[in-house]
Amino acid sequence: MNAPVQKLTAKDYASDQEVRWCPGCGDYAILKTIQKLMPELDVQKENQVFVSGIGCSSRFPYYMDTYGFHTIHGRAPSFATGVKLSNPELDVWVVTGDGDGLSIGGNHMIHVLRRNVDLQILLFNNEIYGLTKGQYSPTSKVGTKSPSTPDGSVDMPLRPCVFALGAGAKFVARTIDTEAKHLAPVLGRAHDHKGASFVEIYQNCPVYNDGIFDQIKDKKNAADTRLVLEHGKPLTFGIEDRKGLRMNAKTLLLEIVTIGEDGVTIDDLVVHDETNKVLAQMLAGLKLPEFPEPIGVLYCESTAPSYTDDVYQQRIVVRETRGPADINDLLRGGHTWTVS
Amino acid sequence: MSAVEEVSHQDGANQVSDVVVRFAGDSGDGMQLTGSNFTEATAIYGNDLATFPDFPAEIRAPAGATFGVSAFQIYFGSEDVSTAGDDVDVLVAMNPAALITNLKDVLVGGLLIIDSDAFTDKNLARAGYSSNPIEDGSLDAYRVIPIAVTKQVLESVKPFGLSHKFAVRCKNMWTLGLVMWLFDRDRSITTGSLKQKFANKPEIADANIAALNAGHAYAETAELPTGVEVYRVPRAEAAPGLYRNITGSESLAYGLIAGGQLADLPITFASYPITPASSLLHTLSGQKQFNVVTFQAEDEIAAVCAAIGASFSGSLGITSSSGPGISLKAEAISLASATELPLIVVNTQRGGPSTGLPTKTEQSDLNQSLFGRHGDSMLPVISCSTSVDCFDVAIEAVRIATQFMTPVILLSDGYMANASEPWLLPDINDYEPFPAKFETNPEGFTPANRDPATLARVWAKPGTPGLEHRIGGIEKDFDSGDISYDADNHQRMTDLRKDKIEGIANYIPEQEVSQGSPKGKLAVVGWGSTYGSIHQAVKRCRLEDLDVSHIHVRYMNPLPRNLGELLAGYDKVLIPEMNTGQFINIIRAKYLIDAKPLNKVSGQPFKIREVETAIRSLLES
Repeated sequence: MNAPVQKLTAKDYASDQEVRWCPGCGDYAILKTIQKLMPELDVQKENQVFVSGIGCSSRFPYYMDTYGFHTIHGRAPSFATGVKLSNPELDVWVVTGDGDGLSIGGNHMIHVLRRNVDLQILLFNNEIYGLTKGQYSPTSKVGTKSPSTPDGSVDMPLRPCVFALGAGAKFVARTIDTEAKHLAPVLGRAHDHKGASFVEIYQNCPVYNDGIFDQIKDKKNAADTRLVLEHGKPLTFGIEDRKGLRMNAKTLLLEIVTIGEDGVTIDDLVVHDETNKVLAQMLAGLKLPEFPEPIGVLYCESTAPSYTDDVYQQRIVVRETRGPADINDLLRGGHTWTVS
Repeated sequence: MSAVEEVSHQDGANQVSDVVVRFAGDSGDGMQLTGSNFTEATAIYGNDLATFPDFPAEIRAPAGATFGVSAFQIYFGSEDVSTAGDDVDVLVAMNPAALITNLKDVLVGGLLIIDSDAFTDKNLARAGYSSNPIEDGSLDAYRVIPIAVTKQVLESVKPFGLSHKFAVRCKNMWTLGLVMWLFDRDRSITTGSLKQKFANKPEIADANIAALNAGHAYAETAELPTGVEVYRVPRAEAAPGLYRNITGSESLAYGLIAGGQLADLPITFASYPITPASSLLHTLSGQKQFNVVTFQAEDEIAAVCAAIGASFSGSLGITSSSGPGISLKAEAISLASATELPLIVVNTQRGGPSTGLPTKTEQSDLNQSLFGRHGDSMLPVISCSTSVDCFDVAIEAVRIATQFMTPVILLSDGYMANASEPWLLPDINDYEPFPAKFETNPEGFTPANRDPATLARVWAKPGTPGLEHRIGGIEKDFDSGDISYDADNHQRMTDLRKDKIEGIANYIPEQEVSQGSPKGKLAVVGWGSTYGSIHQAVKRCRLEDLDVSHIHVRYMNPLPRNLGELLAGYDKVLIPEMNTGQFINIIRAKYLIDAKPLNKVSGQPFKIREVETAIRSLLES
């Protein structure tokens, strides 16, 4: 497509379908932010493809006036891999949830990340199964009471960003549904990244798990409960950024310190480096109540080759080496003989 | 020899019309390589042939174990050969386990070439012999040639300084040399392929060639028992043209590539390794010069989903597996049915259920193909009948999938996937192209638009301006394609999907009679790789003027529109199948015909004799 990119608006990205999420669902906010972000990206609308699995979040493609494929439970990464393999020019977004992407589809998530297929994967994490009416999910906190765990869940939850880094993801970020000013630039970064970009979005389910992220989202507490990551900046948080994270050289763990106490200065704090995987893994594991929860880009390794690029590069090399392909030649390969 | 009575002495050689040779040994003895080299030489010689590689699921079973015996059978002759043969004329047994497991198939009076060095007390005990059959008279009904092969081989490869382990591995080539002498085959192709195979290890190539030549020379000079001379099998009469040998999985792969070209579509082939289907992935991944992308997915489900994703974005998505893997793909295949996207699902069937017999053949996934999905998810199903036929069936699968916007299930099986036969090479330019059509016009576009004749949904690929649309598994409105839970609409859409698939019957050829007349006493109706056995059985019976015809069905769903009428023209119908009776239920239910079954699920193809016996008993009853 060589035509100049037309300047479209958010409206051009809204489909004519009535949105059917519950009132107050965090998905509305994400949808709005993405519809607004789309015209800002240097991509023709017809080249945008949204692929989803099953669940509340996976209804997302129906509301975008782009190409969209609402597939089956957990398998969106695999469909998206096929879409991208077939046409690498397309800009492919995967929309999934904690149950879809990490439970039934956990295997595909591992492999799409380790292969580094050039996709944006948006994981709406509401720590609950919404569409099946409220069962606990693989990210639900221990003790979650749900129709399938009336006495509280007992199994350990999975941390999506830890999972993604463990699978070898080259771009891992976390953001929040209703905070467009944070969400939009993070999604922009994810889009610009070549390879699989994994973005966990804290998303509120007002019906089955209301307020699960309130501690982090509530403006009054936010300074103490979230750690806003910026590449090259020290890891500070708290009112007036008085607190920070320091590396304890003996335990090799991050610890909370207060600037000005015990001789601690800002120079003692760890400086965020998106390219440092060890740091990213430590940050991904931080959680309330012991630590503030990081939001922003945890990890970005921009030099890693993407699977789709490598597949096509290999094809080019083979074609150059073997010359033009002819089926009759293929059939006549190997030993042949003539009967006259 | 099956034709041993016809022996005539010409130029000091016995002439026979056809021969069955089976090479059997440990799974690490190289029997498959021996067989394929003998096959090449036989094809070049000009005999018609069919092969049956029969190997265990274990890669390298413990030496001398009966469950680890790997065999390769070839049937070659001067007339039309279409099965790997019923009875074995020449058995090469590399150890006691190979002898004990294969002897039952050898004709009385048949030739046994035995490596006596391998008949040690340990190996004999392991195979279950209480005494050495070479010495105890239990093989008196056969012509036995015990040869100290191991000793001979070690002697012949001595100059190359190989370790004992590598030297002993040349045994198969030594034996091949001997058998090549027996049937006057040319060794030069084997020599050439050994040089190619071991290009980086010339000493191994040279040792193998030396062993091959030594085996040949031994036969030429040694005092073999009376009657063991060079056998001449006259060349088969074949249509003029250029030939090669081909296995079913190769010709299927080539057919898919050709189909993609005729449809003017790139192919995305996504698969997950499973026996006996993996060779399709291997072959296609080596053909990147064509418009083919291959993807080894993390599992069966990911493979089919990636293929469907590729079809959504404008390629032809193909996935391939065997029964257990197809089960895993079922949910996604139904999505492709609901979203009306082209998809080819190749099932190389094996013995089931579950892991079953991974390396053995069966036709037991027909029910799965027709019914093995949730919801009313009807699909076209087509089947290949021979290794060569796989090429045309693959092209036909591409045509149906793309012209009707539907998944197509293509049934092959472990027997024809691995078996090879000579192929009169077609010219791709003789095939009629069927280019796929993509919608490009935004005027009046909805993803629910369809061709009024074929009922095929429109294909609008991402990247096309103005056609942005959404598809998915939720039921869609008949007119707009938007999601719809409306009751009447679901009825209408279900009827539409059914009508579309049934309507394909108007776009496929009418059923022909492959041998015999279109009316009569008995029709033998087959499908899949039973073709060869039925063909030969019917041929033999017809030579005796028995009123029997052979009908072989390629289109399993929808069935050819004239099939019911055709079958009604016979007094009796016999349906041989390598399952407990799956196709017969379809025929009985659909046409209310009292068809009779002939079933076999031993992991082995039908013998000609088995079909022949069933024909005779039905005609006599």
